[in-house]
Amino acid sequence: MSHLLEVRNLKTYFNVDGTTVKAVDGVSYHIDAGEIVAFVGESGSGKSVTQYSGLQLIPSPPGKIVGGSVKFEGNDLLRFAPNGEEMRDVRGGKIGIVFQEPMTSLNPIMTVGKQIAESVMLHLKMGKAEARRRAIELIQLVGIPDAEHRVDYYPHQFSGGMRQRIMIAMALSCNPKLLIADEATTALDVTTQAQLLEMMRDVVKKTNTSLILVTHNLGIVARYAERIYVMYAGGIVESGTTKEIFGSPKHPYTIGLLKAVPRLDDPKDRKLVAIDGLPPNLAHKSEFCAFLPRCPFKTEACQSRPAPELRETGPGHFAACHEEVAASGGAERGLASVSISSVQEAQAPEREVPERSVAAETMLEVRHLKMYFPVTRGLLGRKVADIKAVDDVSFEIRKGETLGLVGESGCGKTTVARSVLRMYEPTDGQIVFRGHDITRMSMNRLRPLRREMPMIFQDPFSSLDPRQSVGNIVGEPLKVHGLVKNAKEYEERLTELFTLVGLNPGVRNRMPHEFSGGQRQRIGIARALASNPSFIVCDEAISALDVSIQAQIINLLEDLQRKLGLTYLFIAHDLSVVRHISDRVAVMYLGKIVEIADWKTLYESPKHPYTQMLLSAVPIPDPFVEERREHVVIQGEVPSLLNKPKGCSFSNRCPFATAACKESEPPLRSVAEGHGVACLRA
Amino acid sequence: MTTPSAADAASMFELPPQTSSVRRFLRVFLARKIVIAGLSVLTLMVLMAIFAPLLAPHDPYGQDLSMSLKQPSAEYWLGTDMLGRDVLSRIIYGSRVSLIVGLVAVLIAGAIGMTIGLLSGFFGGWVDTVLMRVMDAMIAIPMIVLAMALGAILGGGIVNVIVALGIAIVPAYARLMRGQVLSVKQSDYVMAGVVTGVGNVRNMLVHVLPNCLSPLIVLLTMNLGMAILAEAGLSFLGLGIAPPGASWGSMVNDGYRYLLSNPVLSLAPGVAILIVVLAFNVVGDALRDALDPRLRGME
Repeated sequence: MSHLLEVRNLKTYFNVDGTTVKAVDGVSYHIDAGEIVAFVGESGSGKSVTQYSGLQLIPSPPGKIVGGSVKFEGNDLLRFAPNGEEMRDVRGGKIGIVFQEPMTSLNPIMTVGKQIAESVMLHLKMGKAEARRRAIELIQLVGIPDAEHRVDYYPHQFSGGMRQRIMIAMALSCNPKLLIADEATTALDVTTQAQLLEMMRDVVKKTNTSLILVTHNLGIVARYAERIYVMYAGGIVESGTTKEIFGSPKHPYTIGLLKAVPRLDDPKDRKLVAIDGLPPNLAHKSEFCAFLPRCPFKTEACQSRPAPELRETGPGHFAACHEEVAASGGAERGLASVSISSVQEAQAPEREVPERSVAAETMLEVRHLKMYFPVTRGLLGRKVADIKAVDDVSFEIRKGETLGLVGESGCGKTTVARSVLRMYEPTDGQIVFRGHDITRMSMNRLRPLRREMPMIFQDPFSSLDPRQSVGNIVGEPLKVHGLVKNAKEYEERLTELFTLVGLNPGVRNRMPHEFSGGQRQRIGIARALASNPSFIVCDEAISALDVSIQAQIINLLEDLQRKLGLTYLFIAHDLSVVRHISDRVAVMYLGKIVEIADWKTLYESPKHPYTQMLLSAVPIPDPFVEERREHVVIQGEVPSLLNKPKGCSFSNRCPFATAACKESEPPLRSVAEGHGVACLRA
Repeated sequence: MTTPSAADAASMFELPPQTSSVRRFLRVFLARKIVIAGLSVLTLMVLMAIFAPLLAPHDPYGQDLSMSLKQPSAEYWLGTDMLGRDVLSRIIYGSRVSLIVGLVAVLIAGAIGMTIGLLSGFFGGWVDTVLMRVMDAMIAIPMIVLAMALGAILGGGIVNVIVALGIAIVPAYARLMRGQVLSVKQSDYVMAGVVTGVGNVRNMLVHVLPNCLSPLIVLLTMNLGMAILAEAGLSFLGLGIAPPGASWGSMVNDGYRYLLSNPVLSLAPGVAILIVVLAFNVVGDALRDALDPRLRGME
């Protein structure tokens, strides 16, 4: 039987400043009709370029497809002229694509109906009226209610999740045989992500369309994919069915990835095993195995033999590794945490169960914090409403503890962080830091306190001044607060700080752009540590990083906490990460804390329906667990802060909402020691 | 394993060895041959202005009506103008006025405009409102009218031209700078400065200013050409260089009436302007690239 899509030995190189970057280097795979296949890999692994190569969407120059074949329904797509009629017929017609960024992939000045109709008219040669009917049909298909009216809306009238649904509708408009979703849900919140993926799975199964999921999220892969290709450094290192890959991974990289990701069902004391080092520079590929420098299982043989080819290690299971690394174990499920640990024990002992102690002393107390942003209209800036970004939030953090703050985008978690640090002027409430009420403190009096409460930013690319050397960046707090007496002391402290975060102190004269994302985040951490603080706000500090690097940074933060007795306010949207690192967790929804408890209570017996559904929406990177899990898909989307429902703000999405819920807003009540829930049912 | 060991740290850095920042700067700055050509042209122009009396083959002001409007010859390489003056000599002398007007007006006005924009954008509030309204008012005054008023008060001359041009140029820099500051101010690294406890002045000068300069350097080099040409317009109205004096702009202006019969009269100074402007643009671009740390590491 021939495959729907069969790619053989595909090679795509980019010419960057005279050197050849082998972005995709000899990739072969196939997709059958109706299959859901995932391509997993970290950024730069070539997973997207592989997909775009087949569709000849590689910008050329600098890109060039130098070899291979892409057989789709028997035709080699690479033989078509890149912009010829046949190729266009395939693109958007027989193969639909959904891109990552829903905010920029729709034309803002055209109604969504027209945009869908355009491609239908082009590919299916439909008339105007017919195309419009088809557009309405498609909008219904992707689960947008009230399609007859919505078809005439403009993109800005939809939320991000809805826009992505429209993109999917467009991709599906011409009954494609294959749908490619390139990180299509990465920019969305977990609950929206779950809704969209469920919807996509239903649609492709109904229409017998094949689906390629390109993603870095192992949870999504475990929940939705049937077969997996794992990519590393421009090549496929392992492929097989989802259960095979997760149940008995063969390639050290796959094993490493599975061990690096925190899971919702982890034992709390599991230490994440980071993959040391960095992905290779594809411009200088060695002839040996690309994973060799980072591989914990490497042998003499690996260093003398040329890079391994994919070989069959089991029925339908291929791995590109010389060694039978995982041959010793892995038949049983959960291998990632069982059999490999024996091999790795030497390098990474299980993490010592918290030696650090949480003192009774309160580090930070926030009482009834309110942060409103006025909405103004007209020339005179008349205030017409308030955006209540943070509305009556109270919590405290004790010394040495980590409080996790989770919630979807727009819930106000970052605003809380920024208000606490007085980057905004709070509208109301009180912020007490180590006994000082800093709510209305003047900037001059606040400045010396700032050295006690630095922040680690989300984006390591934008949080370092591109025109300062990294030494200057890390050393700035020392200079500003006069913490060192002379140049010698300054240099010594810099050396100490760089070493502390695992960077070579010799790099201090380098500029930020010379570093990778993970290294930059280490620099950001070093800057935060420079003034010897007791409390650090981590605002999504690890969410911009790749999985293997993420684990390195989480471990670093945990080690530093133990070593230096730090207190963290840890803000993130990734519930698994928060669970791993936090002692207590607060869940926010529309500017309020809806539930707060110690991590165990919150994750194991959540009381608020929102918490419950949020947890259920998070996929666990383990197909065996996923199979048994019950998925409660949360309905609807997060409403606008200007348009909150009456009463409980979750009442319009809550399956248990009663009339009473819609009338009065439930306050955060204590249901047990240290467990607060804002729900009438609790 | 608590923190990554020294061995890990070392393995994370297989970066090429570092060169000194001056050498890095020069490497990017001089990376393209055309930049060296541009620099050479500018150097020659400046030397030409300084040593004009030594270089000019004839007296640039000596009129001889019997020699008027001669085509280029061995004696007069670029011919003569309607008053019989040697065009080449006038171009050589004209470089003095043109370069001074261009550079001084643009640099001083640029510096003032950037300062205003920086303060306006960084502090916002009433500072911003006041400064920006002043800029609006300045834009509203037509340059020619202003120059005429100044001429009436101060009399003609090169200072006059520079002031008039400067007033016309300042608002453009102030506005561009303000826009840059507003966007840079939002970036995380400036926020990081605030959270670290960095004071306003340091934050403004160390983190905001250097990150705002790229488009302003481009504007500077573009305005140089504009200023040289604008000087011609002002001279034409009798507000710039007094008639016997030579500047490239006024030469273009004087010559255009003979464009069909003696095209060299206008074209020669025009080409001189073109070459200088081009050279400034090339050097300005290279300077912008060299100042951008993201481009410095490139091989």
